[in-house]
Amino acid sequence: METLLNDFSPGLFVVSTILLLALIALMVKFAWKPILNSLEERESGIENALASAENARKEMQNLQADNERLVKEARAERDAMMKEARDIRDNMIAEAKEDAKEVTSALIEKAQASIQQEKQAALAEIKKNVAELSIGIAESVIKKELSNKKDQLELVEGLLKDVTLN
Amino acid sequence: MKIAQKTIKFLTIALIAVFTANGFASGTDKKHDDQNDGGRVNTKSEVDAYILHHIKDSHDFSFWSYTNDAGERKHVGFSLPIIIWTSEGLVTFMSSEFHHNDDGHVIVEKKGLKFAKIHSKIFELEKGAATVSFDKDHHATNAHKVLDFSITKSVVGILLIGFLLLFWFSRLAKQYKTKQVPTGFARVLEPLVLYVRDEIARPNIGDKHYRKFTGYLLTVFFFIWVLNLVGLTPLGFNVTGQLAVTACLAIFTLVIYTVSGNKDYWMHMLWMPGVPVLIRPVLAIIELAGALIIKPFSLLVRLFANISAGHIVVMSLIAIMFTLKESLGVVGATGLSLVLSFFITLIEVLVAFLQAYIFTMLSALFIGMAVAEPEHH
Repeated sequence: METLLNDFSPGLFVVSTILLLALIALMVKFAWKPILNSLEERESGIENALASAENARKEMQNLQADNERLVKEARAERDAMMKEARDIRDNMIAEAKEDAKEVTSALIEKAQASIQQEKQAALAEIKKNVAELSIGIAESVIKKELSNKKDQLELVEGLLKDVTLN
Repeated sequence: MKIAQKTIKFLTIALIAVFTANGFASGTDKKHDDQNDGGRVNTKSEVDAYILHHIKDSHDFSFWSYTNDAGERKHVGFSLPIIIWTSEGLVTFMSSEFHHNDDGHVIVEKKGLKFAKIHSKIFELEKGAATVSFDKDHHATNAHKVLDFSITKSVVGILLIGFLLLFWFSRLAKQYKTKQVPTGFARVLEPLVLYVRDEIARPNIGDKHYRKFTGYLLTVFFFIWVLNLVGLTPLGFNVTGQLAVTACLAIFTLVIYTVSGNKDYWMHMLWMPGVPVLIRPVLAIIELAGALIIKPFSLLVRLFANISAGHIVVMSLIAIMFTLKESLGVVGATGLSLVLSFFITLIEVLVAFLQAYIFTMLSALFIGMAVAEPEHH
């Protein structure tokens, strides 16, 4: 212990205290502060980069999910549209058929009506013609063969037969 | 930049060359019979004296010494300025004036005062005394120690390593301005900085406060580590084995954790909650002694003792070369000493790091205890 105390040099203690204080101050100012600041900056930079990469990954996932959803939706929409189109087509065909039916039936009716009319008209014409003919026949018979009663009757009967046959 | 670096390198080499050549070109001295100048080492007692001399701080920087053909003792190294506070005020001269004498035989006269160097300490002789006289325990009876602010070998070591650290780490700091990842030697330093920050400062002090103290811890860590390593080189520094230096470091830690201690820390120290009131003053005394004396004392003694012991062991093992020369022969003693000192030096390299780590770790722990947030149960 005595040698230890004897070895302790107060002068060296003072000198080393001054030198070390200066060294610590200089090192802190010129080395440690900038070094630690840069290291922290770098570390936070790396952390941020990792975080942003993770975010990007998540965003990508979200985008993919969105895309899938969109595709699904589009498909569903397309299906719906096609179904609608099919329905519309079916409807249209049905309607067209209906319309056609109506139109044709109307046409048929009309045709029948006009046929009927024509028939009536034709009958009326025939009747008129028959009447005129019979009148003509009657005239000529009357003119030619009124002398012979029997012939007269035969003629009328013959004529009438022809008429009714018509 | 490149040119500047080259210039610095050139200047450093030139400086070393000049110092070495200039140093003790005339460093010849007459050897007294009972004097050990840290030069010639042959017997066991000379080895002991040499080791003890090495462990101490030194007023000159000697690399080696030899005896030339003319039988003169030559020392290679350079002298350092001596700055002392005496009864006549500040006195300065170069250590070469003592001519490597370390036992008080060479007297240097300055300002009418006489000085002698005894075991690496400068003594001022009492008025009227011409030579130092010793009692039987080899204590000087007519001289007293002076306050010695000399640029000793340790101070040179501190300055050198201080500049080196400043140079290395300010360059690392500068590199971050232009790039994210440093290159070259700075790339080696970066993980060390991160290690101290993430393994020592942050876990022991806590995420909230560690930033304020990291600068101190980093400085202390690298200072101790590099000086420990330099101490293992043949340059022969023993800075971290100087009580004055380790005491200075320990007191820094003490001041830091005493000043930054929060209310909770002082509360637990001075008036421990949760124990009977009568015991509290007793506990306060124990806690105060622990915080103000035991903690810094353990720090300063641990570092000093480990490094000094390491130096003593390595040098003792090297000395096997001389001490066992007779029983093992020159080759045997040299071989044994080489093998043993090689392995011990390897262990010392580990110890160099370990002691720096322990000092920094414990400092961080003590600071952490002082700034810890109170836990609410």
